[in-house]
Amino acid sequence: MLTNQLEVSMYRYNPEQDEFPYMKKYKIEKPARDIMVLDLLHLLKEEDESISYRRSCREGVCGSDGMNINGKNGLACITPISSVMKKNKIELRPLPGLPVIRDLVVDMTEFYAQYEKIKPFLQNNTTAPEQERLQSPEDRDKLDGLYECILCACCSTSCPSFWWNPDKFVGPAALLQAYRFIADSRDLETVERLDALSDPFSVYRCHGIMNCVSVCPKGLNPNKAIGEIKSMLLKSKKNIITSDGTN
Amino acid sequence: MSNSILTDNIKTIEFDALIVGGGGSGMRASLELAKSGLKTAVVSKVFPTRSHTVSAQGGITCAIASADPDDDWRWHMYDTVKGADFIGDQDAIEYLCSEGPKAVFELEHMGLPFSRFENGRIYQRPFGGQSKDFGKGGQAARTCAAADRTGHALLHTLYQNNVKEGTNFLNEWFAVDIVKNSKEEVTGVIAFSIESGEVAYLKAQATVMATGGAGRIYASTTNALINTGDGLAMALRAGFPAQDMEMWQFHPTGIYGAGSLVTEGCRGEGGYLINKDGERFMERYAPNVKDLAGRDVVARSMVLEILEGRGCGENADHIFLKLDHLGADVLNSKLPGICELSRTFAHVDPIYEPIPVVPTCHYMMGGTPTNVNGQAFRRINGNDSIISGLFAAGEAACVSVHGANRLGGNSLLDLVVFGRATGMHIQEELKSGGGVESSSKGDIDASLERLNKLNESTSGYETASVKRELQECMQNYFGVFRRGDFMEKGLNELAEIRHKVDNLHLKDKSSAFNTSRVEAIELQNLFEVAEATAVSAFERNESRGAHARDDFPDRDDDNWLCHSFYDPINKKVSKREVNFAPTKVDAFPPIVRTY
Repeated sequence: MLTNQLEVSMYRYNPEQDEFPYMKKYKIEKPARDIMVLDLLHLLKEEDESISYRRSCREGVCGSDGMNINGKNGLACITPISSVMKKNKIELRPLPGLPVIRDLVVDMTEFYAQYEKIKPFLQNNTTAPEQERLQSPEDRDKLDGLYECILCACCSTSCPSFWWNPDKFVGPAALLQAYRFIADSRDLETVERLDALSDPFSVYRCHGIMNCVSVCPKGLNPNKAIGEIKSMLLKSKKNIITSDGTN
Repeated sequence: MSNSILTDNIKTIEFDALIVGGGGSGMRASLELAKSGLKTAVVSKVFPTRSHTVSAQGGITCAIASADPDDDWRWHMYDTVKGADFIGDQDAIEYLCSEGPKAVFELEHMGLPFSRFENGRIYQRPFGGQSKDFGKGGQAARTCAAADRTGHALLHTLYQNNVKEGTNFLNEWFAVDIVKNSKEEVTGVIAFSIESGEVAYLKAQATVMATGGAGRIYASTTNALINTGDGLAMALRAGFPAQDMEMWQFHPTGIYGAGSLVTEGCRGEGGYLINKDGERFMERYAPNVKDLAGRDVVARSMVLEILEGRGCGENADHIFLKLDHLGADVLNSKLPGICELSRTFAHVDPIYEPIPVVPTCHYMMGGTPTNVNGQAFRRINGNDSIISGLFAAGEAACVSVHGANRLGGNSLLDLVVFGRATGMHIQEELKSGGGVESSSKGDIDASLERLNKLNESTSGYETASVKRELQECMQNYFGVFRRGDFMEKGLNELAEIRHKVDNLHLKDKSSAFNTSRVEAIELQNLFEVAEATAVSAFERNESRGAHARDDFPDRDDDNWLCHSFYDPINKKVSKREVNFAPTKVDAFPPIVRTY
């Protein structure tokens, strides 16, 4: 192949036309400057209107365009083609493990259902003050690395445990959010939140494979948050045993 | 053709209140309504947390008296009136600034992870155009922040609380056109599921356009790809007016080449702009507040530096934003998102090098005219007349708190204050027996026409190339500086583009997740907004706020201390008086605006 040509192999599936998905090859002239994978998709879509993918902010903050790029999950809009191109080839597939609606668009229902399951909202039933609830900068710092999640699903769909049990294992993205509220000094439902995660599947199906950490486009560490949850669960269990013992 | 979609073949889904748009204002309105027991739905073309509010960085400006215990909402009001170059409605600005603290504290109670001061209160940083004591007490620090990800934190918090309250979401549904009855009341919208292609009539007693801005009318913009002015365009096509459409804010610091926003908070934290000689040139243009002058003032100064040959880079076509002197600690803790964006899109690390920036289209001050309750109105015999059933909030609306130039951090406040107010008003109105009469089959069929025409197209123009043409036209003739003869040329080009936009060819007619269909309709929406912008800009023969005319360089209060009011039916602009009647303070009279 000519060195100034780029070969893009793309997963294609249109439920109205295709019995099975297939990989389609596109050849385009390599752009003069480095562009993002999303820009590449725009160029291809101008040639082939039928290509479908999600996109919105095009700057890595909305989480729309998570996809599998040369075997690794990432956001198309902040992935320069130079960083993923192998021998002038790029392979684009939908996020793995979720049903495909069309081409690079996956059905995220199960992913969102896990998010909703962890009650992703602050719970504090005390009467709110007239002004803000106070929080020390140190307590606020505990939310850094947690609240920045953009729900792109790159992590959960790279996790073999989530592929296996998407209905029962909460998955790294939602567990990161579960810990975001546990860690918030303003949230008063820590015990209930931990209790809801104490079954064998919700959190314990995480086996520390760490794919989530390696793919997170925001540099977050769900594995660490999951570790915190596990050790809190362990402590709360010990407490229960101790109190049982003294009774 | 026989496969036209008719009312008889589609489902009607009925709600009390329908909110079009799942960004900050839409979800603040829905949150208010979800708690009310009214049957409410949010229809959003993207999953709500993908809305453009997520990109807001620096913060939400509000006199919560945290950084300064003596801060006063009246000072914020003064700044906003002045920032707006005196064509913001003072009753609305008074409402925004005085209700603001309540709305911000509510967000905190909902869980928004604001940054904090040592005493535990919400962190506030200085932003452009902020002052103490009505401009006499020096720079204020009034912008409440969650690092430089305030929009993300706000949008996610609102979505989370809507989940908590059980709001109905029609996610990835795309609203196409307004349905109105013979009395010109709005009774809902035609929409389709992007996932399945299913078309439905979403019927409602109250329809709220919370569809955000339309920055994509320009070639270079900080706006998300989804910012195509859908709600405003639907209203225009239905014959409803738009106000102050010539007023577009060009943000001083969009990343050169990429357009991504670099928050004004960078300058609030102590960063500043330099030209190719390393000169801090804002000292010449705004000797008092320098880099923290109004955005319109800073953007124009930057363009003048470039035009006079002092731009940076090989082509001398941009400016540098210097941050390295702030140190790695401040940058990492206060501006982490900016560091990330700069590395990705400008290939520079702000800890060591300046960021190349250029004024970039950022915000639509104009929109569907509304009162403080979010009720849209038109003009009948020179008087405001409420359009039953139609509401607007946020960037899609022109209430008008931003006038000719919005102050940084006021957009997020606008979203929550007026999203909330709209929700409260709809509750009151519907619970006291208000509502609209049903539309007939013919009315609904009429609103299906555009979608049918596109679906039946067998030849015509390509969306991508026509969109480029439109964006270049707007960029060239209706940008930071404007001139009558250039704008006339632009208007002629737009007339040609109109023909193309009305005759797009949709090659892919499939139903499931057909984004080409969405993009074609979005282009038609962009065009309506662009045309309203162009006609209004050509009419306003003065320079005020963001509207800078080379051929009319001065503000003309005798003739133009007023809103422009665009009527889409005859494409004519009339004048509407500005409100100078706040109720809790005396009105601020127009003064010469300097920084």
